[in-house]
Amino acid sequence: MKLKTILMAGAMSIAATGSWADCAFENDVPLKSLSAGFEAWKAVTDAMAECGNFSASLDQEFREKQPEAFAADPALYQIGGVSNATLVPLLNAGTIRPLDDLVEKYGQDLLPNQLIKVDGKTMAIAMMVNAQHLMYRDDVLAELGIEEPKTYGDVLSAAAKIKEAGVMDYPIGGTFKTGWNLGQEFVNMYLGEGGSFFGDGNMPAINNEQGVAALETLKAMTEYMDPEYLVSDSTYVQQQFQQGKIAMANLWASRAAAMNDEAESQVVGKVTMAAAPMGSAVPATTIWWDGIVLASNMSDEEADAAFRVALEGMDTDTVSANNDVAVWLSTAYSAGPLAAGAAASAEGGAKAYPASGPMGIMHTSLGNGLADYLTGAKDAQTTLADIEADYVTAAKEAGLISN
Amino acid sequence: MNFRTFAVFVGPSVFMMLLFIAFPLVSVFKQSFYVTQPIYETVEKETCTPGFLTQTCVTEQVSQPKLDEHGEIITQTHYVGLQSYRNVLEPERAWRAISDGSWHVLSTINFWKALRFTLTFTLITLPLVVGCGLGIAILINNAARSIRGPVIFVSLLPFIITPVIGVLSINWLFRGDGILTAMMEWWLNRDIALFAQAWTIEVLMMIYRVWHVAPFAAIIFYAGLQTVNQDSLESAVIDGATRWQRLKYIVIPHLMPLIIFVSMIHLMDSYRVFEEIVGFSSQGYVISLQWLTFDYLTPDQAGNRSISRASANSMLTMIGVVVLLILPLRRTWRDHKGSH
Repeated sequence: MKLKTILMAGAMSIAATGSWADCAFENDVPLKSLSAGFEAWKAVTDAMAECGNFSASLDQEFREKQPEAFAADPALYQIGGVSNATLVPLLNAGTIRPLDDLVEKYGQDLLPNQLIKVDGKTMAIAMMVNAQHLMYRDDVLAELGIEEPKTYGDVLSAAAKIKEAGVMDYPIGGTFKTGWNLGQEFVNMYLGEGGSFFGDGNMPAINNEQGVAALETLKAMTEYMDPEYLVSDSTYVQQQFQQGKIAMANLWASRAAAMNDEAESQVVGKVTMAAAPMGSAVPATTIWWDGIVLASNMSDEEADAAFRVALEGMDTDTVSANNDVAVWLSTAYSAGPLAAGAAASAEGGAKAYPASGPMGIMHTSLGNGLADYLTGAKDAQTTLADIEADYVTAAKEAGLISN
Repeated sequence: MNFRTFAVFVGPSVFMMLLFIAFPLVSVFKQSFYVTQPIYETVEKETCTPGFLTQTCVTEQVSQPKLDEHGEIITQTHYVGLQSYRNVLEPERAWRAISDGSWHVLSTINFWKALRFTLTFTLITLPLVVGCGLGIAILINNAARSIRGPVIFVSLLPFIITPVIGVLSINWLFRGDGILTAMMEWWLNRDIALFAQAWTIEVLMMIYRVWHVAPFAAIIFYAGLQTVNQDSLESAVIDGATRWQRLKYIVIPHLMPLIIFVSMIHLMDSYRVFEEIVGFSSQGYVISLQWLTFDYLTPDQAGNRSISRASANSMLTMIGVVVLLILPLRRTWRDHKGSH
């Protein structure tokens, strides 16, 4: 009996001092969230946990689990973390609820561009944007008298000069890992060339001049990249930068802070964030957002609590405490030099990632099919035709193209 | 043993085998002939997403699945016959490549590319595993009794390591400026990129597999070596047989059933090669049949996955294993019949 009292007292005091110290209210509804596991989500869910009765799953496999978990009744998670692409399956299955009434009740501090609207209804609240953009070593470029690269032509000639000067063997880094990463590189380039992915009835439309141009640029870059580029993902490129092995890369804004992390980076303060290089039409990158959704399969009281907890997670305190972790959508965010690249790309007219059901299939087909061109197994036209054929097979099987 | 006791002992295991092996297999077999898909409708939708400072709204035609009154996606399942197999095998393209005599084109079609690697991998590692296993077994057998325990322990170590961890450690030793690559670069004084072309990756995979599985073969052969008839060995020594002749005429024939057993296990195992592909993230250069099934099953960001093609591909993989096993099985069957 005595032990139990002591334990209870201990638990209460921990709860009172630590747990919901910074939360505006005390949450008494048990809540769970499922989201991706990168730095910004960690900051946001930690802040949500301060309200109590909350547990977060930060899981890189979230996109496989989320649709099923939200389809359960009651839903296994009340709060979900999504991006523009992973919102699609939830939206299609109708397992997330419109948030307009809650926004009206509690969302006075939200910026208008945080509200993700589908057909006029607010379906998600965005907390940050992310984009790949050019990062370069300003010391290396300045020493050789190279100006900030504006196009991929500039990037390639800068790379040639750096290589010639013997500063680095492989001046360019790239997230060219086969699969999702490589697919994303093509999406960036192709949109930069002004291409569009689909024709009528979800039929593919990438086998064209823009497609070939995108492929040729990708291949030209590989000449200046570490030959093992097909296994190089974001973390690998980030480390190449930190170890001073590369001078330029088109890398995610969410990785920018790592360049100035004194614990692991040898190039602190030497990396400049610039706009993504221009394609023929717009900067060759896509804008992504990350944010939260609420499950429809839960009571309105739970939704009420979940929404308030979620807002606590992305409030001004969280943002100012983690300013450099992401490009936040918040009044408290002061955009520093680390966000300059993403901002400049957006100002240059970079497109939002065109998330949709067909695009999911297209991205996979691209990710699996592009390596054959880069390794020289196929020419550009054959590669694009094969990717289209692969897409059509998968889209027919998914029911998106009628037979 | 009377039937009742036999049934009580075997029943649970038969039940489990039916539940976890036979029924799923039947279900996969069935799914390879059917396609289940949502019914889509095309609607015009306005979507607003955050730009950097302002909001970007686009109105476009999108396909969205129809929902029923409970809010569930309406799906339809229909019989497609061999269509999924055709989608996996791509017979027209494959046939065109073969009739053009273009091996190169054939090896860019996913299934055939995977089959090529899977077969190469299986058939090259098989003799190496048996050979190395036998070598290690003989080494242990000839080691002095006092150090035999430690020698067995050390040679078993690679088999104890979890496959994925093993593959990853090889990956990091040789990747980019991994320790071993850096050493080789220093020694040969040239830049080495082992993950930049298919053949080096394949060689690394095979070395890893042999390193990993040979201890298993060795321990089986070592057990077999304990039962070799010492009298025949001694008489062979008296007759002046060399070490090699003793091995060839007495030991190996004696171990033959075990060699076939190890070969069969290895054939089944390595035909399902998978960890190596994921661990080396070699998809750009090399894929295997099992990996292809995995890839079909992995949902993309929008949640689509190709269940039917995955089912068809796994049925094809199973057929491949059965075909490979026919030879050793026939031999065992003959020996079995001969012994009666």
